[in-house]
Amino acid sequence: MSTRTARKPAPLPEFPFTEQDLANFRELQRLAYRCAEKVAAWLEPGVTERQAAARLRKELVAEGVQDFFHVPFAWFGDRTAFRHFRTPLQFFATGRRLAEGMSYVLDCAPVVDGYTADIGYAGKMGENPIWDRIAKDLLDYRELIVDLVRQRRTLDEVYAAVDAQIARHGYDNRHRVYPGRVIGHQVTRMEKVRGPEGLTMFGFGVRTLQTLGRELVTERVQGRSPLWADGRASRHAPTPGLWAVEPHVGFRDVGLKFEELLVVTHDDAYWLDDDVPHVRRARALAATA
Amino acid sequence: MTSEKPARQDENPTGQDPAAKAPKSRSLKARWRKAEKADAPGGIRRSRIPSGALSLAVYEQGDPERPTVLLVHGYPDTHRVWDDVAAELAADHHVVRYDVRGAGDSDKPRAKEDYRLELLAQDLFAVADAVSPEKPVHVVAHDWGSIQSWEAVTDPRAAERIASYTTMSGPSLDHMGHWLRRRWRRPTPRHLKQLASQGLHSWYIYLFHLPVLAPAAWRLGLARNWGTVLRLVEDVTPREGHPHDTLAGDAARGVLLYRANMLPRLLRPGLRPTSVPVQLITLTEDNYVSPALSEGLEEWAPRLWRRELAATHWSALLEKGTTVARMIREFTAHLEGAPAARELAAAQQGREGGREGEFAGKLAVVTGAGSGIGRATALAFAERGADLALCDLDLEALERTAELAGLLGAEATIHKVDVSDGPAVDAFAATVADQQGVPDIVVNNAGIGHSGTFLETTKKEWERVLDVNLWGVIHGCRAFGTLLKERGQGGHIVNVSSAAAYLPSKMLAAYSTSKAAVFMLSDCLRAELAKEKIGVSTICPGIVNTNITRTTTFSATDAAEQARKQAKFSGLYARRGFPPEKVATEIVTAVRTNRAVVPVTIESKAARFLSRLSPAALRAGARLKM
Repeated sequence: MSTRTARKPAPLPEFPFTEQDLANFRELQRLAYRCAEKVAAWLEPGVTERQAAARLRKELVAEGVQDFFHVPFAWFGDRTAFRHFRTPLQFFATGRRLAEGMSYVLDCAPVVDGYTADIGYAGKMGENPIWDRIAKDLLDYRELIVDLVRQRRTLDEVYAAVDAQIARHGYDNRHRVYPGRVIGHQVTRMEKVRGPEGLTMFGFGVRTLQTLGRELVTERVQGRSPLWADGRASRHAPTPGLWAVEPHVGFRDVGLKFEELLVVTHDDAYWLDDDVPHVRRARALAATA
Repeated sequence: MTSEKPARQDENPTGQDPAAKAPKSRSLKARWRKAEKADAPGGIRRSRIPSGALSLAVYEQGDPERPTVLLVHGYPDTHRVWDDVAAELAADHHVVRYDVRGAGDSDKPRAKEDYRLELLAQDLFAVADAVSPEKPVHVVAHDWGSIQSWEAVTDPRAAERIASYTTMSGPSLDHMGHWLRRRWRRPTPRHLKQLASQGLHSWYIYLFHLPVLAPAAWRLGLARNWGTVLRLVEDVTPREGHPHDTLAGDAARGVLLYRANMLPRLLRPGLRPTSVPVQLITLTEDNYVSPALSEGLEEWAPRLWRRELAATHWSALLEKGTTVARMIREFTAHLEGAPAARELAAAQQGREGGREGEFAGKLAVVTGAGSGIGRATALAFAERGADLALCDLDLEALERTAELAGLLGAEATIHKVDVSDGPAVDAFAATVADQQGVPDIVVNNAGIGHSGTFLETTKKEWERVLDVNLWGVIHGCRAFGTLLKERGQGGHIVNVSSAAAYLPSKMLAAYSTSKAAVFMLSDCLRAELAKEKIGVSTICPGIVNTNITRTTTFSATDAAEQARKQAKFSGLYARRGFPPEKVATEIVTAVRTNRAVVPVTIESKAARFLSRLSPAALRAGARLKM
């Protein structure tokens, strides 16, 4: 690993959230996961991605969600591993129907009162041994990421370490298919901004884009990026705040991801919530194996 | 002297031993004892067995207590065509051959009616009853021997007398009659093509039905030159005793086989199913029987194993006798109760739990399968139906590969092997052959990276690079190439070289040298193994995102500097982002299409092109420091 310091880093900003803020973020993340689990329980063979995504939106709105960081996504079958994806438009839900043995991923990002959750929920319909194997391994990435961030390793180094772990597991990195190859992005509390609530462009809320755009510029000036990828822009220590981290791995036609908020303070890092479905499930799988 | 009619007359009677004339049921042990004394050279015991009014010349080898295999020869051969197969099988079988009526030393009736299939089947049962009265026999037949054995196998008596049937190049004429009918009635383009193909293969059958012509040809010189014909058309080296001296007469008379049976059976085929287990060995280069002829055989023989052998009509027996013997041995052993060999199990039709894919039933060996291109290649073959034998130095990584292969349905064995260690690779090959059989595909992938100029590179570093990258491939090719060649069923060897093989760089002196050597040895090996139908492919990947950069060593650098360079090149290779899975796909394609040299990435292709267009440009580029 590099021992040189690329350039003198700008002083890191203060951790911007209060305990109450974190509690609100946590509550919203739980709500999002609860809705995803409800939709997962409702899924059955024959349902299309569009129906699943619409259902997810409906559940969230029923819980009082006013806006979305991005529209809800649903991917079935080999689309969970983003196979044959050529354009970002292919991320949007399609008419693909769920079938027995398929893997699926639900992804949503509700916004309530400026607080944002961004979650990814991986599931399977019926039996799928490959899915089971990856689900068990998914926790390795969760532990690896928080460990390295605690060690204040630069974000691109963490990214490379995740890549190496993926290679050791024999899977392939599917988060590199996301725009910008990102494994995560910073989450801030959205302040009141102009623009209509609920309106989206390219799948992202208009207000999201405004906030994100502004952050991209301000962080860039500080030599940091709110997007976490493997390039030079991410060659900086983890910025204090909240990061939505979404390692996404695939093997053949099966893809799994999780996405949840990582809390990064000046001297520590921890997952906002450990009581999340993928942790419970991996522990249950490990117990039966 | 008893009043019973003796079952047979031994040809070398001592005249002293009454046991020879003992009734059939008690005669077995006695015959064995007696025959021991009368053994001809090579352990072959000759006798004559009556069948109807005729007497047949019978030849036995091996212990009569062992399972009996009955070998039936075709036209225009004698029992001698089985010499190699019989000698091989005699080690653990009671091997029985006979000259069919009209050939060799058996009686030679003159009338066409005496060559009807019913009578030929009767001969087979007569021999089986005499040599193995208590236990059913395993019949193995070739050409016309196969046609007449089908008659016996589809006879009701077969259920008790025939334990299994291995058939080569001779369909049941009744089955063939139905085959033709079906295709005439549904003349789809595919069916018409099959009809045309078999029609062309059968030219000699039409000639045989013309008066005078064929017998005259045999007597007037064809027989004399038969050895030359076999050499030129069939890849068969002439040998003593084959073609045999009675060829002219046998062949001329044998034309009656065709005249007595072909038209009646093909025009009015009967319904002849069988419950006997049948092993069909399709000879892929047979000039007389097209492989399509066996399509739909499951309907008549539901217990069917389909196997292939890359051989011509006669080279199968005369050049690849050991291979045929092995296939027979696997089949008889399995039916006598042993678990099926891997290839045999894969050949069984309609079995449950069988795997699908273009490499189903094949075994692939991959070295360095713990990571990168090796792991991806192993998984690519697993995904396409193959089973695996994998080696690496990192056992933990190898276990992971095996587990993933298991998720794709493959059975994989793992072996901790240092490919630079010759005896270890030999032992690896022996273990694989023993546990899983001879592989069909061998991928010599294991390799290491090293960077350094010629003079910077120490002797130790040179040795390490050449030991793994070059000697590793040499050991792999020697150990497995020998196995593949001995087995005689073709196969494929893949050697992973590099774009560095033709792209010189002062920074990669040792690495490039080792890979260029692999490139050249593959070219030489390809030429050598072409005749054995073993393909050799050289893969030149280029810049691929694998573990190799994280373990590459650098001459004349300290540990920290080396780590920095490893990280730098790993990052570079990662950003290039060419996944090992794509190399694996190219390797699979190379095996499928038998490609000689495969540059994979665009830079590898460009370098290959430049190396031929303007080697001087590459030599100039080699001076650059990376």
